[in-house]
Amino acid sequence: MQRIGVFVCHCGTNIAGTVDVKAVAEALKNEPGVVFSTDYQYMCSQSGQNMIKEAVAEHRLTGIVVCSCSPRMHEATFRKTAQAAGLNPYMVEIANIREQCSWVHKDMPIGTEKAVILAKAAVAKVNLNAPLTPGESPVTKRALVIGGGIAGIQTALDIADAGFPVDIVETKPTIGGKMAQLDKTFPTLDCAACILTPKMVDVAQNEKIRIFSYSEVTDVKGFVGNFDVTIKRKARYVKEDVCTGCGLCTEKCPQKNVPNEFNLGMDNRRAIYIPFAQAVPKVATIDPNYCTMLKTGKCGVCSKVCTAGAIDYSAKDEYIEERYGAIVAATGFNPISMEKFDEFAYSQSKDVITSLELERLMNAAGPTGGTLLRPSDGEHPHTIVFVQCVGSRCAACEQKGKEYCSKICCMYTAKHAMLIRDKYPDTDVYVFYIDVRTPGKNFDEFYRRAVEEYGVHYIKGMVGKVSPEGGKLKVQASDLIYGKQLHIDADLVVLAAAIEPDKSARGLATMLTASMDTNDFFTEAHPKLRPVESPTAGVFLSGTCQGPKDIPETVAQAGAAASKVIGLLAKDKLLGNPCVAHSDEMMCNGCSTCEKVCPYGAITYQDKEFRMPDRTTKVRRIAVVNEAVCQGCGACTVACMSGAMDLRGFSSKQIMAEVDAICK
Amino acid sequence: MKFSYYPGCTLRTKAKELDRWARSSALALGAELCEVEDWQCCGGVYVSARDEIATKLSSVRALMSARDKGQPLVTVCSACHNVIKQTNHAMQTDKEFADKVNLYMSQDKEKREPYHGETQVYHYLELLRDVIGFDKVREAVKNPLTGKKVAAYYGCLLLRPGSVMGFDDVENPRIMEDFIRALGAEPVIYPMRNECCGGYMATEDPALAAKKSGAVSESAAGHGADVIVTACPLCKYNLVKNQSPVPVVYFTELLAEALGVKEDTHAE
Repeated sequence: MQRIGVFVCHCGTNIAGTVDVKAVAEALKNEPGVVFSTDYQYMCSQSGQNMIKEAVAEHRLTGIVVCSCSPRMHEATFRKTAQAAGLNPYMVEIANIREQCSWVHKDMPIGTEKAVILAKAAVAKVNLNAPLTPGESPVTKRALVIGGGIAGIQTALDIADAGFPVDIVETKPTIGGKMAQLDKTFPTLDCAACILTPKMVDVAQNEKIRIFSYSEVTDVKGFVGNFDVTIKRKARYVKEDVCTGCGLCTEKCPQKNVPNEFNLGMDNRRAIYIPFAQAVPKVATIDPNYCTMLKTGKCGVCSKVCTAGAIDYSAKDEYIEERYGAIVAATGFNPISMEKFDEFAYSQSKDVITSLELERLMNAAGPTGGTLLRPSDGEHPHTIVFVQCVGSRCAACEQKGKEYCSKICCMYTAKHAMLIRDKYPDTDVYVFYIDVRTPGKNFDEFYRRAVEEYGVHYIKGMVGKVSPEGGKLKVQASDLIYGKQLHIDADLVVLAAAIEPDKSARGLATMLTASMDTNDFFTEAHPKLRPVESPTAGVFLSGTCQGPKDIPETVAQAGAAASKVIGLLAKDKLLGNPCVAHSDEMMCNGCSTCEKVCPYGAITYQDKEFRMPDRTTKVRRIAVVNEAVCQGCGACTVACMSGAMDLRGFSSKQIMAEVDAICK
Repeated sequence: MKFSYYPGCTLRTKAKELDRWARSSALALGAELCEVEDWQCCGGVYVSARDEIATKLSSVRALMSARDKGQPLVTVCSACHNVIKQTNHAMQTDKEFADKVNLYMSQDKEKREPYHGETQVYHYLELLRDVIGFDKVREAVKNPLTGKKVAAYYGCLLLRPGSVMGFDDVENPRIMEDFIRALGAEPVIYPMRNECCGGYMATEDPALAAKKSGAVSESAAGHGADVIVTACPLCKYNLVKNQSPVPVVYFTELLAEALGVKEDTHAE
């Protein structure tokens, strides 16, 4: 028989406001196994914990029930307390009488009755608890960062700085991400390339960092501390270690009409290309969709002009396998397609552009050399209309947009408007907005400057229609403050398109068994207290793959993710979760049902020899759980038809005892 | 294949051309349109008043009649299509509304099964696209309208509300352009093709209607259209009334011309 102590927490008035805590403590005194029962104002405080330790010593307790908040909050706290008092930490049970009781009830007698029932269920369970000891697993001291934008770059640099090796996997031929495409950055207006490219060079020169550019993660196995990852290195048809990045091939290639994705298709590149001057690694890549040699076998110009002999038309995709202790997702974002927003005539006129396209049009390395010209006729635009929230905050617009605020658009639109008015004072700039959202250090001041110093016309209201007529863009909009309709003849219309997670994120989340929200943003382990960790151990989140953010926030989160990775890699061994499944080999009939439902691949089968009652031996197939891989979800215990599978710490017997206690 | 066909009042008066070429063209394409017996006015614009039941009964009668014959219901007038489609949707999704309607219907002399939106409703253009197929239309064309620049005018009733009509992308539709291509003509894409013509404002505030329809026809003309096609009698009325610089015809007339079923001389 256990000797159980029950400790009922007031949580100030959080619990005591709706639950008569003294009555709960009193009611539990006579439960089987309970030898001590009390209440206290804050059980989680130092003195509350000391109270538990003293009671363990005084009453020779073997089990503890704490009636308090959710186990997600303080289970770890009370397990430590029990351990300090000499008990096995798994002899502690939490009865959640706050989130599941006092917070959802208003009536004291009902709340008290329910709290008593929950506490009795916990006591019934502790009566069947057994001490558990977690297993240990080693930690591979190497991290993988998936995505080479500013988020991935910063995370990799910070991890490498602490002395751990890091690999960056980037699908594009170069790292740099979206930030490399930007012109200036808010709120300081320093040039994006000037602050990003030194970091890219740092990555390239850091001995601890390897860059797998033009590569993808295709498979992830294993668990925290020991992820086995397969990386596909796409054939780039140029030997990375031989190419000097001289760029001669990219000038001589006769295939000139390939849309240049770095400039969002606003100009062309060759079939062999280096995305931009500061690319890292600075090596050429052949685009197999356009290369004449690869498609027809006739050309070979790049091979002839390459003095280094780096061209290799026979290259094939390669797969490498590597083991990592931690994985950071930094897969970033993309602006949504404007296809379904044709009220703004994006598909009808070249002069209706997205904000990212405007970045390229204003960038000195862009298709116009940094002079703002209309894409249709190369003329200087005089009237420019910005439309904010295109597809953002768009719950009711028939599944074409996103419900959330994309967060960065108010600031970059203010930046665009200000830069245009500064460089071309003869332009009229209008910004149509639903709300201007510019919280953040020096952010609102920045927006006010656009309005007050630069004379940008901010109009509260949405644009209903853009009609390309006679070389102009007729913009029809509403001014909600004056309550009138506006008609503006614009030369250029800029759409602040909503942003969405990169399409690769969903497949990656499946491989990592990391959870996502309905918008395909990665979910954090706790929205406030664990913002850079995924609920899956060993998987961390950096940048916009977790939610819309600007550069300062992304860099801060990237550093936070790195520090979590460093904390993990600094350990030599990891303690596992002892609450894992195990199979009773005498009852298992090897039917394979459990293997099919296990989301972690933790169950395998082996043939084992058994001695039969008649002294013969027989070989039977039985399930074996890899305890290091099992996450204790319990799916197999439900699926098992012979009742062989059970979960330590949550055995069917324990659960049934709780149910019986509740129904008594 | 047989279809129940709902012409609507305007097609018996001002818009006879829309009706006539719809029937003859359908026959040429192998679709038999069987006019719903004793059809009544669709209920007109009152459909947007959701608490009004009586005005929707005539639509429901037509839908029931098609159901009882086991035929899809084909419409051609934009306004009738909008009313019937929206009513059918309400019968499918709004239980309270459907119950009230069925209670009214139970008072009819002829007793029929209660209706819950079982009938498939096609606009004539949807019939061409989804049932017959534009490829078949292209094959049946005898006089391709080569070189003719045709501006499709959708107006609002065919497209909106998009979630109920399910006709096409409301901001960037292509069904009428695909139809025009199938006839061998060249579609003209112009920004005002899905804007309102001014509708019944023509009676309340003719100047506003003139402004709205003027913007549409001038936009089409400005983008080089030789002719505007529409499926809506009211759109055609407003555009013609307000001096469209290019001719406005029903899409069925263009279809009949291409299929070679249009007589050389107008019978009217």
